Amino acid sequence: MGRHHHRLAPARLIPARVVPAVGVTLLALLPLAFLAVFFVLPVGGMLVRGFYPDGAWDLSGVGEVLGRDRTTRVLGFTIGMATLGTALTLLLGLPLAFVLYRLVFPGRALLRAIVVMPFVLPTVVVGVMFRALLSSGGPLGFLGWDRSWLAILLAFVFFNLAVVVRTVGGMWEGLDRRAEESAAALGASPVHVFRTVTLPALLPSIVSAGTLVFLFCSTAFGVVLTLGGLRYGTIESEIYLLTTEFLDLQGAAVLSVIQLIAVVVMLALAARARSRSEATTDRAAARSVARAPRGSDAPLLVIAGLVVAFVLTPVLTLVARSLRGGSGWTLEHYRALADPSATTAMRVSILEAVQNSVSTAVDATIIAMVLGVCVSIVVSRRPRRAGARRLVSVLDGAFMLPLGISAVTVGFGFLITLDRPPLDLRTSAVLVPIAQALVALPLVVRTITPVLRSVDPRIRQAAAALGAGPLRAAWTAEGPVLGRPLLAATGFAFAVSLGEFGATSFLARPDRPTVPVMIYELIGRPGTDNMGMALAASVVLSLLTVSVMGLVERLRVGSVGSF
Amino acid sequence: MQYADTRRRGAAHLAAGLGLALALSGCTLLGADDEPTPDQQNPQDSAGETSETSPQNAEVVLVTHESFTLPDEVLAGFTEQTGYQVVVQASADAGALTNQLVLTKGSPIGDAVFGIDNTFASRAVNEGVLTAYSPSDLPPEVSEHALPGEAADYLTPIDYGDVCVNIDDAWFEAEGIEPPQTLADLTDPTYADLFVTSGASSSSPGLAFLIATIGEFGADGWQGYWRDLMANGAVITSGWSDSYGVDFTFSGGDRPIVLSYASSPPFTIPEGGEEPTTSALLDTCFRQVEYAGVLEGAANPEGAQALVDYLLTDEVQAAIPDAMFVYPVTDVELPELWAQWADVAPEPIQVDPELIEESREDWVREWADITTG
Repeated sequence: MGRHHHRLAPARLIPARVVPAVGVTLLALLPLAFLAVFFVLPVGGMLVRGFYPDGAWDLSGVGEVLGRDRTTRVLGFTIGMATLGTALTLLLGLPLAFVLYRLVFPGRALLRAIVVMPFVLPTVVVGVMFRALLSSGGPLGFLGWDRSWLAILLAFVFFNLAVVVRTVGGMWEGLDRRAEESAAALGASPVHVFRTVTLPALLPSIVSAGTLVFLFCSTAFGVVLTLGGLRYGTIESEIYLLTTEFLDLQGAAVLSVIQLIAVVVMLALAARARSRSEATTDRAAARSVARAPRGSDAPLLVIAGLVVAFVLTPVLTLVARSLRGGSGWTLEHYRALADPSATTAMRVSILEAVQNSVSTAVDATIIAMVLGVCVSIVVSRRPRRAGARRLVSVLDGAFMLPLGISAVTVGFGFLITLDRPPLDLRTSAVLVPIAQALVALPLVVRTITPVLRSVDPRIRQAAAALGAGPLRAAWTAEGPVLGRPLLAATGFAFAVSLGEFGATSFLARPDRPTVPVMIYELIGRPGTDNMGMALAASVVLSLLTVSVMGLVERLRVGSVGSF
Repeated sequence: MQYADTRRRGAAHLAAGLGLALALSGCTLLGADDEPTPDQQNPQDSAGETSETSPQNAEVVLVTHESFTLPDEVLAGFTEQTGYQVVVQASADAGALTNQLVLTKGSPIGDAVFGIDNTFASRAVNEGVLTAYSPSDLPPEVSEHALPGEAADYLTPIDYGDVCVNIDDAWFEAEGIEPPQTLADLTDPTYADLFVTSGASSSSPGLAFLIATIGEFGADGWQGYWRDLMANGAVITSGWSDSYGVDFTFSGGDRPIVLSYASSPPFTIPEGGEEPTTSALLDTCFRQVEYAGVLEGAANPEGAQALVDYLLTDEVQAAIPDAMFVYPVTDVELPELWAQWADVAPEPIQVDPELIEESREDWVREWADITTG
């Protein structure tokens, strides 16, 4: 120590806390500018058009829109379905999280990848898969659930299981088993142990996942339209209808503001739950506790098996239907995919579409990773002043907002706000990866931030005390643990971008279809061949995303895709 | 599974995969400028400077809907003839397209538009998003599809399609039931629980069908018709792909009556078969005409005019049926299957475009209340 003493002196000239603060602020600027230009500006532009139509504020429509019977019905349905969807997803997701994260058995990594698959599949595919399954000719037609709210509910569970399983599972995996063991040793029954020891420890992550699922359910759009057969409107589908069909921007703005308020409240709740869960993780990250299954796990294994079967059923239906041709089993749809002249509906082959998808997803991933790392570093710092701490958590939440806002509002917003040089980006090919990056960004942040937060700040302080500059100190302390999470987040962002369709579809885009766009166009054309090709393309897309997620799973980063 | 072993390999796989992805992607953001093709170039890059000097390499930006497609050689033909290159900006359906143009009025995202149909044409014309242009001496068969009144100066018909109720003849034959003929038949108990249609608020054929029922039963009669239709077990899906691809008996569903197009039957000729197993009810059709026009404030109005002209040439018109599943407006030769099996409605149901523009919103709202009850 003595030999280094003289080096400490210059560092003291500048208060130690100031340097990182400046650096952190600089790091925050880039993502904030991005968010301002590509989210706040377009959404704000649409709201201004709605509330300030002819150069004057006009809020008269607010009461009128809120007073409509339809609005009340839509709000009621949205909240009711989101509540039910969240409850059911948690109910089925928790046993699955236990089995996939607390037990060790062969094939576990594959199952984990499969459970995440729905999260990265395009809704248009899932919608058609569910309809094919539940329609009266389909394998589950006897249930009579086609076009009912039950079908929508099932789809909500299908899409959001990943959120619960990954968030709660990641937490459960790191949970110290000693407390449970002590309780059991003192004579508590397994149920009692779960209720008094395990559940309280998991509760923050359950609340965090639950709020996110609620957010996703209440803003679901394509799946509600497809499965509900228009009988059920949600806020999101109503915003779409008011904007694209009626150009009723005021009505759309009123509903968007309601949605925005609800989303902010949900995110605030999730953030509070999360900060508690991270505090718990710090204390308990002691040792991995997964064990082999035993007899008493049977009920949970059965439930988990049924849930996995539930996830696989629509997927397998899709695979089976993609292999059926006019004359029985065939690979003709797959062969047709590789042949650009197979259908007049498409100008490119699947290979070109895959290439377009991959190159767009690479761009989106690069953007999401650069911004995501910046945001993660900023929000993982814990400033001492309460004001700064609050600022950091607001920043954290800000990047989640795009998940909860109507894609049509953002898409139309681009058109009216980014319309003059130097930022006339409306017709630019860059917008598609940017839109996808906005979707992937929160997932990147949620993957990397917990890892950064788990690093004891004292290591960084020690490095700084030994004379390392702020960057060097951060790298010394955090670099070694970051490698895998960075790779995992990259893979996850890439998989999400591959399947992204919602935001992409609202943007003016060059005539260069990605796989989801191609599927959508094929589905919209007459001829059974086109439908067969759409299903085959969906299988290709699923394989792509599952492979990427499988590789991510091998990296074993507990926080990938957890919230 | 040997975890310790596979984990490291997994990381290597991912790295290799990402490397491959990067290589595959070829032109990502960083490399995008290296190989501009006519379709994907950013119009801001070169249009401004070159268009004033010579049309060589200058661009025409065509704003259109997602169903627009033409073979590459047809688009290349335009460049050969005029020197302009087409850049396609495709997004959403006819309704969303029109509303996008209204929102961007004064600062349009392109030069020409294709795909505004007669259910939205009046909005585009009334909102002033178009500048008057119509190719000189239109052949009579094209003028036949023109919009009434002054609107004809702004939008030129390019193609049309008849939205009609389709039936699965094979199903009716097998069941020994006489198939329906008219819209009124669909409320007959014989056809209870057999009809599926796409929604007027979420699909453009659905909107066309609603307008057809308004044309048939009048401004005061259509509501009653729809109540009867719903009471007779009609179901509504969000889009055409859903009703035709999942619910129609031809696709394996349980409903032999579906809303589709007059051009759908040729696609139902079975493998090795001679004739379609489905047909369109030609008394139930609403004709959707798609128009092209020059956008007000276009950066390249001459190019836009040339493009509108080109869309009426034989090259484009002959390619339209196979590429977009609609009929050309000129007298070009139809593909064989179309000529044989895709009849158009002799007297499609008519509704004045101005009336549609005035009442569309009320109709759709009222329709939604009746059907979603």
